Amino acid sequence: MHIIDSGNVAAATGVKLSRAQVIAAYPITPQTPLTEKLSEFVESEELDAQYIPVESEHSAMAVCIAASTAGTRAFTATSANGLLYMNEQLHWAVGARLPIVMCVANRGIGAPWTVWNDQQDTIAQRDVGWIQIYANDHQQIIDSVIKAFRLAQTVSIPVMVCYDGYLLSHTYMPFDLPDQEKVDEFLPPFKAANFLDPENPGNFNPVTLPDVRPDQSGTTRPGYIEIRHRLQMDLRASLEVYKEIDADYKKDFGRGGHPFVEEYKCDDADFVAVCIGSLSYHLRDVIDAMREDGIPVGVMGVQLYRPFPDQAIVQALAGKKHVIVFEKALSYGNQGALYADIKSALYNAADRPTIQNFILGLGGREIKTEQLLAVLREACAKPGTAEDTPRWVGLKL
Amino acid sequence: MENKTTIVNLTEEEFVYPGNRACSGCGLSIIYKIGLKALGKNTILVVPPSCLTVLQGVYPVSTTKLPVVNVTFASTGAAATGVRGAMKALRKEDVNVVAWAGDGGTGDIGIQALSGACERDEDIIYICYDNEAYMNTGIQRSGTTPQGVLTTTTPIKGKLQQKKDVPAIIAAHGIGYVATASAAYPLDLYDKVKKATTLPGPKYIHVHSPCPPGWNFESRYTIKIGKLAVQTGLFDLYEIEDGRFRLTGASKKLKGRERKPVTDYFATQGRFKSLDKDLVARVQAQIDAKWANY
Ligand SMILES: Cc1ncc(C[n+]2csc(CCOP(=O)(O)OP(=O)(O)O)c2C)c(N)n1
Ligand code: SF4
Ligand SMILES: [Mg+2]
Repeated sequence: MHIIDSGNVAAATGVKLSRAQVIAAYPITPQTPLTEKLSEFVESEELDAQYIPVESEHSAMAVCIAASTAGTRAFTATSANGLLYMNEQLHWAVGARLPIVMCVANRGIGAPWTVWNDQQDTIAQRDVGWIQIYANDHQQIIDSVIKAFRLAQTVSIPVMVCYDGYLLSHTYMPFDLPDQEKVDEFLPPFKAANFLDPENPGNFNPVTLPDVRPDQSGTTRPGYIEIRHRLQMDLRASLEVYKEIDADYKKDFGRGGHPFVEEYKCDDADFVAVCIGSLSYHLRDVIDAMREDGIPVGVMGVQLYRPFPDQAIVQALAGKKHVIVFEKALSYGNQGALYADIKSALYNAADRPTIQNFILGLGGREIKTEQLLAVLREACAKPGTAEDTPRWVGLKL
Repeated sequence: MENKTTIVNLTEEEFVYPGNRACSGCGLSIIYKIGLKALGKNTILVVPPSCLTVLQGVYPVSTTKLPVVNVTFASTGAAATGVRGAMKALRKEDVNVVAWAGDGGTGDIGIQALSGACERDEDIIYICYDNEAYMNTGIQRSGTTPQGVLTTTTPIKGKLQQKKDVPAIIAAHGIGYVATASAAYPLDLYDKVKKATTLPGPKYIHVHSPCPPGWNFESRYTIKIGKLAVQTGLFDLYEIEDGRFRLTGASKKLKGRERKPVTDYFATQGRFKSLDKDLVARVQAQIDAKWANY
């Protein structure tokens, strides 16, 4: 069934279809309507879940951490400063290996205050160990939420589903509602191997030592570094796991098939624009216009940013002449984070394209199609002359 | 309480293994052993960083025979909420969900999450053991450190400000049960924890917990010092049930009797070494004024 609604409602509906059991959230623009919708689902008993209106985001994630440790499917959502306020808890959720899912409606972060869209909030959290999926439209939001729950519980790692604030969170678009019965088949109930259980008591997240240590039976147990190494291995392995889950989803629902990057007219392209989020759909118009002029250009949206799908990206960019990376965030004092990651992935590639970085749209600054067209035209006209310092698009002063 | 527990009928079942990482003479050790007896097997514990984290043992060894989830410092009240939420979702409503935190984790960094849990009327028991400083990090002042006390961050003059009255703050939320207790009166503590397991909504128990290295006294004096705090009228044992305040146990017996001078208590601990006469007189006057109202 198709409905027309906002991105936030698409996310909330995905959470409902996924049968989240414990939901805790704190309002922040532009995530707020998602939270409101979930409380409505719970109060109207459309969703059999505990909705906990906590007093802060730090507490929202605390509730999710505890509820997940107790063996239930937990969800929260936030934006910008709310996400940053959770930072300690994000690390804790990963270290505790909990399958929490969180939606982030991307927003710029203060100071100075902005409520508008960019992606600095989630990009700044790229190193905490959460899996980060980015949706480009409403359909991808609802589909990604459902896939995220299955991925999280398969690999015991929390997953963020990110989408552009306002551009997606508050706009209305048609999308298909997956059938509940089919979602139930695709996403089995969460069954934790270990959970808080008075019948089988365990001590979760205790103090560890630098070295390995024997338990009472003499078996050697890991130290902190072994536990962290396992996390890194499992994160890397989750690339393959996500690919399979996405393929399953495509089989059941007919959508997906591009878990890592979503390419548009890239096959025969010499030039490829790369970005994260809804901008990649905006760029399709630009690509179409340039194609009419005979310029062999395509666009690639990165859908999974952590773990970084480096192999898929290297493959997608093999043999290209020039790559243009657009970013609504940066690693301050250096360059765009995505740009640096792609460069690093390409370093060992045999056939490396030249690469260039553009920063744009921070704090919701409008990105005009003509601007993108001008930037891309120039970049494609003079490939190979690219400098390593990011250029800023649309500065007015 | 009608049926007071005595040493004769106190359950022999233990939920804490013998031998743990607490210092000898640790008040928390006593409280933990007794409190867990009162809570019983069907309990889930939520613990933030504190001396209790250390007492619990280092992976893969654990001191406690109950399920424990260690959480971040500021999050205890919210984490307990999450466990309760999960129990509701799983229809396992009869489990005791118990947050167990230090005074710093309760009255300072964790007060927001605790206040939120109280306001939301969460069905949790929150036990704060008050050793009156950040002991786990090496005796720094906390909001609940009494005035005049030497700590590593008030090393010369002692703490200049008064002790924060955390149970009063929690009581101001209008929750059904707030009580104080002391490591020196373990059976009184037992009965209060036991009562808390029978009541709905948030239950808060604030337990005075002498700490030999933190308070600078010999470990054999833990009980004596805990008792002196009560007998001098400085730390009072009480319950506030549905808004009604009443003194209990040893504090109740003090009513209408002469209390020991607070100097008897101060003299037992090195942390009070820098108290001047003025402050001692002021504290004594505060105690007298408080008791005049009981
Ligand atoms: C966010 C954060 N800040 C600081 C710390 C360091 N820390 C760990 S325990 C502790 C003191 C705990 O004091 P209290 O709650 O009174 O318990 P006690 O150690 O006295 O038993 C501190 C400051 C931390 N773990 N997390
Ligand atoms: S420092 Fe004090 S509270 Fe901490 S374990 Fe030692 S005696 Fe107990
Ligand atoms: Mg303390």
